[in-house]
Amino acid sequence: MNNRMLMLGNQAISRGLIENGCALATSYPGTPASEILPSLVEWQQAENTRLHAQWAINEKVAFEIAYTAGIAGLRSMVSMKQVGLNVASDPLMSAAYMGTVGGFLIICADDPGPHSSQTEQDSRMMAMMAKIPVLDPDSPVQAKDMIAMGYALSEAFEIPVMIRPTTRVCHARQDVAVSPVVPDDRKPAFEKNPARWAATPKFRFRLHQSLEQKLSDIARYAPTAPIRCNPDAAGTRAIVVSGVAAAHTRDVLKDLGLWDRMPLYQVLQPFPLHREFIDHLETAYSQILVIEESTGVIEMQIADRHKVRGKASGTVPSVGEILPETIEAIVAEFTGTPLSRPMLPASPPGRRPTLCAGCPHRASFFAIKKAAPRGIYTSDIGCYTLGLNLGAVDTFICMGAAISQAAGFYQAFRSEPKRPDIVATLGDSTFFHAGIPALIDAVVQNVRFVLVILDNRTTAMTGNQPTPSSGRGIDGEPTITVEIEKLVQGCGIGFCKTGDPYDVPQFISLVKSAVAYSRETGPAVIISRRPCLLDRSRAETRHPFIRVRVAQEDCDACHYCIQHFECPALITDGKDKPVRIDPAGCTGCGVCVHVCPKKAIKILGTGQ
Amino acid sequence: MTIKQQIIISGVGGQGVLFVTRLLAEAAMMKGYPVLTSETHGMAQRGGTVVSHLKVGDFSSPLIRPFSADGLLALKPESLTQHGCFVKPGGWAIVNSSQPLQEPADLAITSIDAESLASAIGNLKSVNLIMLGAALARFSDSKDLFCTLDDIQAVLNAQLTGAPSKLEKFTAAIDAGYRI
Repeated sequence: MNNRMLMLGNQAISRGLIENGCALATSYPGTPASEILPSLVEWQQAENTRLHAQWAINEKVAFEIAYTAGIAGLRSMVSMKQVGLNVASDPLMSAAYMGTVGGFLIICADDPGPHSSQTEQDSRMMAMMAKIPVLDPDSPVQAKDMIAMGYALSEAFEIPVMIRPTTRVCHARQDVAVSPVVPDDRKPAFEKNPARWAATPKFRFRLHQSLEQKLSDIARYAPTAPIRCNPDAAGTRAIVVSGVAAAHTRDVLKDLGLWDRMPLYQVLQPFPLHREFIDHLETAYSQILVIEESTGVIEMQIADRHKVRGKASGTVPSVGEILPETIEAIVAEFTGTPLSRPMLPASPPGRRPTLCAGCPHRASFFAIKKAAPRGIYTSDIGCYTLGLNLGAVDTFICMGAAISQAAGFYQAFRSEPKRPDIVATLGDSTFFHAGIPALIDAVVQNVRFVLVILDNRTTAMTGNQPTPSSGRGIDGEPTITVEIEKLVQGCGIGFCKTGDPYDVPQFISLVKSAVAYSRETGPAVIISRRPCLLDRSRAETRHPFIRVRVAQEDCDACHYCIQHFECPALITDGKDKPVRIDPAGCTGCGVCVHVCPKKAIKILGTGQ
Repeated sequence: MTIKQQIIISGVGGQGVLFVTRLLAEAAMMKGYPVLTSETHGMAQRGGTVVSHLKVGDFSSPLIRPFSADGLLALKPESLTQHGCFVKPGGWAIVNSSQPLQEPADLAITSIDAESLASAIGNLKSVNLIMLGAALARFSDSKDLFCTLDDIQAVLNAQLTGAPSKLEKFTAAIDAGYRI
């Protein structure tokens, strides 16, 4: 094998895992962490190592499976995006107390910006709250190195270790050195110890005491101590950085000619911050600039607040990604370096994302708006959040909340003389992840609403990972298929029907019957089933291609189709110009034929 | 010569911005240069604005600062308005546009009608490779662009050994862009 390879940050992380004997890996997909697990499986197949890798139904389940392999003495990891750790926070807090035997890594990817997330939360704060150490890589290369470092740390102190890459590490590509995989032949072993693995409150108190001792020792652990980037630079002020801000700052200092003059320290382990380092900073410098994403985790551990410039002083932004140009300006100000740069013109808004041409969700949303035009539409996390553009999504919070929010609206309006129709939408993967408890609750409370499960047979937004109903696992191996209909019926739902959203008239009347049922009787569920067009593993289920054209003489340029259906393949040359079909975009779903109020979109035939 | 180049590749989700970024990055690897890219994944890939930063040479940050890129490959006309500010004065921009574009004035702008060309070669999804071909024809192996058509061809050959029909299609698209 070539000893250097171009790798995505997430691939570099998984290379680190395979080189360091990871034997069990679990995850739930979420940007920017999604590629870690699939690329781990690719490395495993190439290297033929022993490893169990699986997508779990949600992050909590993923965490508990991987953590327990650590208790059994194996090296393991769980990966997720930052909001996924919220779901897994319950086992996290206890795992910190009980610790581990084999190395256990929690790889939690943050998304300052945010680029593809609901929040900019700093997972290092979760590590602090749980009282576990966290490592903060600045690049794919360092992320890979930190896997080895993390496993060693985890096993030295029998403690779970968090690795916190951000989007700019996960989705950076870099040439990375590849090392050989050393076969790990350790056997699982479970030593029964109820005072630790089944600790009651009295024992938890003792575990908490020993956790504090571990943290205090980890704050003196040499291998993860901060790095002095430019040992020759001297002065009374210093800059402290971590994560990708460290990478930006190195370049900025060199470009501003400050590399030899401004002491720069890179923190590898933001929590717990090394004691000696804190003492050194406070003795050696009169002012310390701390640049980190997103919260001031390092700065809050430096005791002498008067010396620190960072988030609390307003020097470094607390919101959004810290871009290299922002760091350039902060460093220039901190060092009194003149900066001559033209003013940045106000950037025009970018193009907003939209559902793909031919996406079955678009057809479902169109039908929902027809069936319950003045309804309240609660929705959820997935591609279908983009139903927002179509006016078919009024709310979303987090995984599974579409159903509980529907219940909240129902209870809020329950005693009103005129109750609004409530239609909730969520995808198949999200239903499995967090929708089922909420649905049972809605059945018990007899919440009058319609749930449309947008069953495209995949986790589409994050790159088409399988769901429990896909019937295949991470590397395509067959698995048991869990049927959504049976689950819904098992939750106690009286009205559960399945339809094809491409069959527009039929699907609209199906949603109407569900809305009628929800007004009179109780919760109703519709399963809108049509595979995602991007899921190449399901090419066999493709709909026949329906060729359509817009009859230019019938189109009066009302643009209803563009505004209310927003298919990217419906295009126009201007405000008063008729609509055309973009042949490069059209996928031949034929749904738009039913959308045009003037019936100007005609079917030409079937087949491409 | 020490190579230090920064290139922005911009367009909308689905156009293949990531694919072009990856080809250029692999070409840099093959030539033995250090390489760093930063990419847009996730929700924006559903037809939203997508931008890649490509840095070849001794860099540690994966992002390009405004007014410092050597060039911009713009797969949509609007990409120039949006991401032109990354390019340094005197830098280049190759833009997919049926109309000639002049702004910003301090950039060397070439407009390529890649949509028409894509439809002429019967591959509507090849705008990204046509644009890459056009850039290679103009700036190849210079202070403006670190690699040549042959380098990119070698990357494609290595990556698509098992897919001859894909290789042929991709090569045809890059060639079409190279020749205009």
